[in-house]
Amino acid sequence: MKNSHSGREPIARIVKRGEPSFRLKVVVRACAVLLALLLDAGFIYFVTGLNPVDVYVTMFNGTFGTLMRFQWALRDFASLLLIGVALAPAFKMRFWNTGAEGQVLMGGLASAFVMIRFGGIVPSGLLFTMMLLMSVAAGALWGVIPAFFKAHFSTNETLFTLMMNYVAIQIVASCVTVWRGQASGLGKLNTKTKAGWFPQIWGQRSTINVILVVVFVFAMFLYLRYSKHGYEISVVGESQNTARYAGIHVGKVIIRTMILSGALCGLTGFLIVAGRDQTISVNTAGGDGFTAIIVAWLAKFNTFYMALISFLLIFLNKGAGEIASAYNLNSYAADIIEGIILFCILGSEFFIRYRLVFGGTKGKEALR
Amino acid sequence: MRKLIAVLCVLAMCLGLCSFAAAADLKVGVILVGDQTEGYTLAHIEGIQQAQAALGLSDSQLIWKYSIPEDQVCYDSAVDLVGQGCNLIISNSYGHQTYMALAAEEYPDVTFVSMTGDFAAVSGLDNFKNAFTRIYEARYVSGVVAGMKVAELIESGELSPEKQPNSFDGNGNVKIGYVGAFPYAEVVSGYTAFFLGIRSVYENAVMEVMYTNSWFDIDKEAAAAEALVANGCVIIGQHADSTGAPAAVQKLLDAGTVCYSVGYNIDMLPTAPTAALTSPTNTWGVYYTELFTAMVNGTEIPTDWAKGFEDDAVSVTAFGPSCAAGTSEKVSEVIEGIINGSVKVFDVSAFTVNGEELSTRVFNSTIIDFATGNVLYEGTEYEAINDGAFVESVFRSAPYFDLRIDGIVEDAQ
Repeated sequence: MKNSHSGREPIARIVKRGEPSFRLKVVVRACAVLLALLLDAGFIYFVTGLNPVDVYVTMFNGTFGTLMRFQWALRDFASLLLIGVALAPAFKMRFWNTGAEGQVLMGGLASAFVMIRFGGIVPSGLLFTMMLLMSVAAGALWGVIPAFFKAHFSTNETLFTLMMNYVAIQIVASCVTVWRGQASGLGKLNTKTKAGWFPQIWGQRSTINVILVVVFVFAMFLYLRYSKHGYEISVVGESQNTARYAGIHVGKVIIRTMILSGALCGLTGFLIVAGRDQTISVNTAGGDGFTAIIVAWLAKFNTFYMALISFLLIFLNKGAGEIASAYNLNSYAADIIEGIILFCILGSEFFIRYRLVFGGTKGKEALR
Repeated sequence: MRKLIAVLCVLAMCLGLCSFAAAADLKVGVILVGDQTEGYTLAHIEGIQQAQAALGLSDSQLIWKYSIPEDQVCYDSAVDLVGQGCNLIISNSYGHQTYMALAAEEYPDVTFVSMTGDFAAVSGLDNFKNAFTRIYEARYVSGVVAGMKVAELIESGELSPEKQPNSFDGNGNVKIGYVGAFPYAEVVSGYTAFFLGIRSVYENAVMEVMYTNSWFDIDKEAAAAEALVANGCVIIGQHADSTGAPAAVQKLLDAGTVCYSVGYNIDMLPTAPTAALTSPTNTWGVYYTELFTAMVNGTEIPTDWAKGFEDDAVSVTAFGPSCAAGTSEKVSEVIEGIINGSVKVFDVSAFTVNGEELSTRVFNSTIIDFATGNVLYEGTEYEAINDGAFVESVFRSAPYFDLRIDGIVEDAQ
């Protein structure tokens, strides 16, 4: 050992930590946020010439400036988080569902279809029920197709679900083209009758979305941790052979879990259409289907951590938009500020799992 | 331009003297589909800044929202601007309109202006307005510039059936090309005006229109221009926002093909120094200045605003070195004619539809929700043919000439 390193010793080496303590996690993350704020302050001061403190206040106001902005942030947070929650069971099973974007779109499309075809014709209770059922079914269908092929033919689910996104995007684009006629976009559906629009509660149509997502965060946490299904999912995720040996029908678990994951994505599509957009477009999911992958992954499939991370992402996004508007900067400058913060926070995960040991082999722990 | 500056100066003086207090109360929110990097939005930003300078508004009286997509974000932005105390909110893209109308319904004390929109007159909302320039006038004039060029090419023998046989159809007509964004009335009205401008100078022309299905796509616009030149077109006009087409035409011209470009929005000479002839362009500052002034004075804002050469709301950019001799004299003459009414862009004697001259054409301003087939806003029927011409942008500011006239072929999309 000594011989191989005697020539030149590395300045530092990377060592995996044991189970990090709670205190360590808090300290590392706090340092990351501090570092991000300092780096951003440098960028803001030297590149844009603005006062960094003012800019941070503006950023904060992007989410907390007015009650309405806070409600909008919650609304967008609800969509992102619900998709994250939908991904949790699939990811825990090590089924890499990268198709949330498409599953949400198909759900949204089903809702929009019901709104167009039956809005103002059937009573509103029935209309919402139809929208809900159709969306959940459409999302589940989009999720179960790759699961079926995975369970029966061992196809690669990452690529399969990913490609299903593009199929969904094209289907939505085609439908929008048919429905929009001569207009440049579809615009809001049923603007006159408001059929299929959630009622306003506390001034917002999206209040129902926020309430539902809270319910699902708890429900999914309990489902994964305490139910028999949840246990089966973790066993399949750890080792399919162990699962088989224990008498778990692996194919059945995969299909069942993906129906659940897809159905929740479809539900998100319904909530977005009824509670936020009241229309459908290829941007209905707005990339949340992909962002949610990061959310679910960072949170290690714990739905409460997901809530924290989702909120952080939405906060940064709203803050960046407000900075761009308030200081008449273009969106790129705001994106850099957002990017630096994200980079530091994501980067800090590395220091929670590993540590750097300086001084090469002299640090004895490095060889352990 | 001189007239515009004079008007602005007078306005500025009036305002400086008598309504300083009112001007300080104006707070304007601006919702833009792009940012400074994109010609269409840049033209609006410049127009608004022109109006700001004319009225002496401070920077804090304007709140800008950049890169706002045509979806729920537009509604959120509008409502957020209301929350920030704006009493006038402007959006610059057609697709913003449904979201603006929704916000206008909820906040009747705030004035909403949806540029290029078509709901205002029929929406029944007093605080919701539309505006559009008579850009078709400038497109007609840019057609005149192109027509002069074609005439010169034929006369000098630079372009002949022997040299470039592909550029003539079976009847000896010269082929013109046009890169269009979408098959809407706005584009149809524009390319028809352009074509009629060409034919007012050089009769024997036909035109092929190719759509990109996008307002801004450099690659698609370049590809469409290349395809049109390959089909033999010698002039490439455009109703799309990028420099893709002029750049492609310049490359082909340099390679030896006889072809020239008429741009849009901005001067294309930096992109295509010898291929670009001119570009029709909007001067939005004329409208924004009128709008801000009316807001400050508390006077009526027109529900549908549409102005053209007469008020310097449209123009054509500097003529390129390739333009035919005498272009600028001819153009001044045509512009004079448009202003005094002796030149009518959509003169029915200048074109036919299905081989027949138009004697009647009903324009119905009803807005129909295409998805459900329901009437969104009930409108009125108007006879659009008056005094030997189709009257454009009178019954509504947004263009409604959507006839496909003989001599123009649209490619399948």
